[in-house]
Amino acid sequence: MNSSRLAARFERLRAAGRKALIPYITAGDPQPDVTVGLMHALVRGGADVIELGVPFSDPMADGPTIQLACERALKYGTGLWQILDMVAEFRRSDADTPVVLMGYLNPVEMRGLEAFAARARAAGVDGVLLVDLAVEEAPDYLPTLRAHGLDCIFLLAPTSPPARIEAIAREASGYLYYVSLKGVTGAATLDVASVAAKVAEIRRHTGLPVAVGFGIRDAASARAVGGVADGVVVGSALVAEIERLQERPQELPAVLQEKLAALRTALDSLGPDAAQR
Amino acid sequence: MSYDFPDKKGHFGPYGGQFVAETLMEPLRELEAAYLRLKDDPAFLAEFDADLRDYVGRPSPLYPARRLTQRWGGAEIWLKREDLNHTGAHKINNTIGQALLAKHLGKKRIIAETGAGQHGVASATIAARLGLQCVVYMGAEDVQRQSPNVFRMKLLGAEVRPVHSGTKTLKDAMNEALRDWVTNVDDTFYVIGTVAGPHPYPMLVRDFQAVIGREVIVQSQEKFGGLPDALVACVGGGSNAIGLFHPFIAHENVAMYGVEAGGRGVDTPDHAAPLTAGRPGILHGNRTYIMADENGQILGTHSISAGLDYPGVGPEHSWLKDSGRVSYVSATDDEALAAFHELTRAEGIIPALESSHAIAYAKKLAPRLGAGKRIVVNLSGRGDKDIFTIARLEGITLT
Repeated sequence: MNSSRLAARFERLRAAGRKALIPYITAGDPQPDVTVGLMHALVRGGADVIELGVPFSDPMADGPTIQLACERALKYGTGLWQILDMVAEFRRSDADTPVVLMGYLNPVEMRGLEAFAARARAAGVDGVLLVDLAVEEAPDYLPTLRAHGLDCIFLLAPTSPPARIEAIAREASGYLYYVSLKGVTGAATLDVASVAAKVAEIRRHTGLPVAVGFGIRDAASARAVGGVADGVVVGSALVAEIERLQERPQELPAVLQEKLAALRTALDSLGPDAAQR
Repeated sequence: MSYDFPDKKGHFGPYGGQFVAETLMEPLRELEAAYLRLKDDPAFLAEFDADLRDYVGRPSPLYPARRLTQRWGGAEIWLKREDLNHTGAHKINNTIGQALLAKHLGKKRIIAETGAGQHGVASATIAARLGLQCVVYMGAEDVQRQSPNVFRMKLLGAEVRPVHSGTKTLKDAMNEALRDWVTNVDDTFYVIGTVAGPHPYPMLVRDFQAVIGREVIVQSQEKFGGLPDALVACVGGGSNAIGLFHPFIAHENVAMYGVEAGGRGVDTPDHAAPLTAGRPGILHGNRTYIMADENGQILGTHSISAGLDYPGVGPEHSWLKDSGRVSYVSATDDEALAAFHELTRAEGIIPALESSHAIAYAKKLAPRLGAGKRIVVNLSGRGDKDIFTIARLEGITLT
């Protein structure tokens, strides 16, 4: 059953007592021809899973940093099929690192769910996280995604009551993405104690790994959150580097690799004992 | 015809629903629960009705436009005078209802998005009256285009936050309002200005606006002893149209026409007519007809009227289009402008540019229906806010 690349990756991490490091970048940012190189750089920096953002004109759950990333990518018309080509190219030299597409529903709707799922799988995508797909609407989507072997990652939030956590955990596969705070991506007020409490609550409902994102920007916050979750997602902090170096994209692979490596070191410093399960 | 939409999950056939990030799902459930509890509560309804009567000035008149009727030669033209409401448009019906909900939910802060500024003014107005903090998001382009309304909102004590992302218009203001809501969800009530957004908004905004159609049913019985033969309303998000149409849906002999903004023509890229020239997709929390490219990116829109300048439409309109119950048509910028001048000169009523689209279509419909028939046009707002736009088009500088 758990034969997916994501399941295998989390299984190995769990066995080794390590935490998953999950970087996010927006495909096509700052320009489409650097994305595949950045994905490989993230792997060199210690990425366990890559979340690759599909840019959208109206990213209503994202803060200014990722909004601007979308705008940069869309200046080049970066579209869904082009992004799947990027994943296919990445796969030619990396058969192991799971890739999750993260984005909004409308680009998928316009291309058609069935066509998207088939092409995504063929390109080597492992999972999808559709930000605006609430579990209530998911029955129209999940069977098709699953039929093509795609894991469906869902968000959980501080506002999710127990019944929703249970319903979402039942439909999700791969991992669960806990949004650490009420807000948009890139917000800055992370409260580790409340994250710890909510992650513990989520674990009472599911055996799926729980990754935490929103508000993780440096080694200290990664270490703190890594101490209470199975993985950390870091997005805006990386995208801010892309923004800073958008005119010098040739410097980006090394900079992102180094930035991620610092987070890797912080997470690994937790040691196997931090796996308090 | 039995009509009982939306269903329990907020769907109008394949349209509507709740497509938002997880953080907002529980607040939406709370809002829905509160609304379902209050919508038939006599005390809540009495409070709403009293506000509509004493603060808004309802019922708004149903006015026979005899000179227009004479000029156009055909069906009688009757105008539903939402332009006479306090703040000058139908928008206040909805903000009063939602502000009462906010009060019942104990929220001290309301936020709103606005395009032309009418909904922003209506929100700021009710916030002032109830002593609520009010923040209005408005595209930076629209802040420039609609400076009188920006000043009105400020006078009323609201904070207007210009939105610089995306196309800097209404859709971006809505994105920013959603971001505010997700961040301040504990103390903030989001007052959506139209029948779009995630469930339960399309339902509750419709219900608050349906007072328009209910009054028309009573008034048409009084004035001509029957129902009208046709209804005409402009459609941006579609709240004035659904408010007029909804009570008539079961009256199958009443034809209904929703008029979208045709801009420079629906065969050009410069329009705001998703029902006429768009396709189903997902935007701002619901599935509905939208204007998007093949990659799913939302397209920029154009209309002379800022209030219709939106790439989506309320999901109930999408359903009413597919079911054939309502005919959706469009009027161009030029047709709307001509109608604006014609109504102003023939009847002494300066209409909003939004409502002028409905007038423009009624002009085509009246001779087609012929004498002895009656058309009710929703005059959804007055045109005071638009005189700067009109002056600019005519090369006149107002100071």
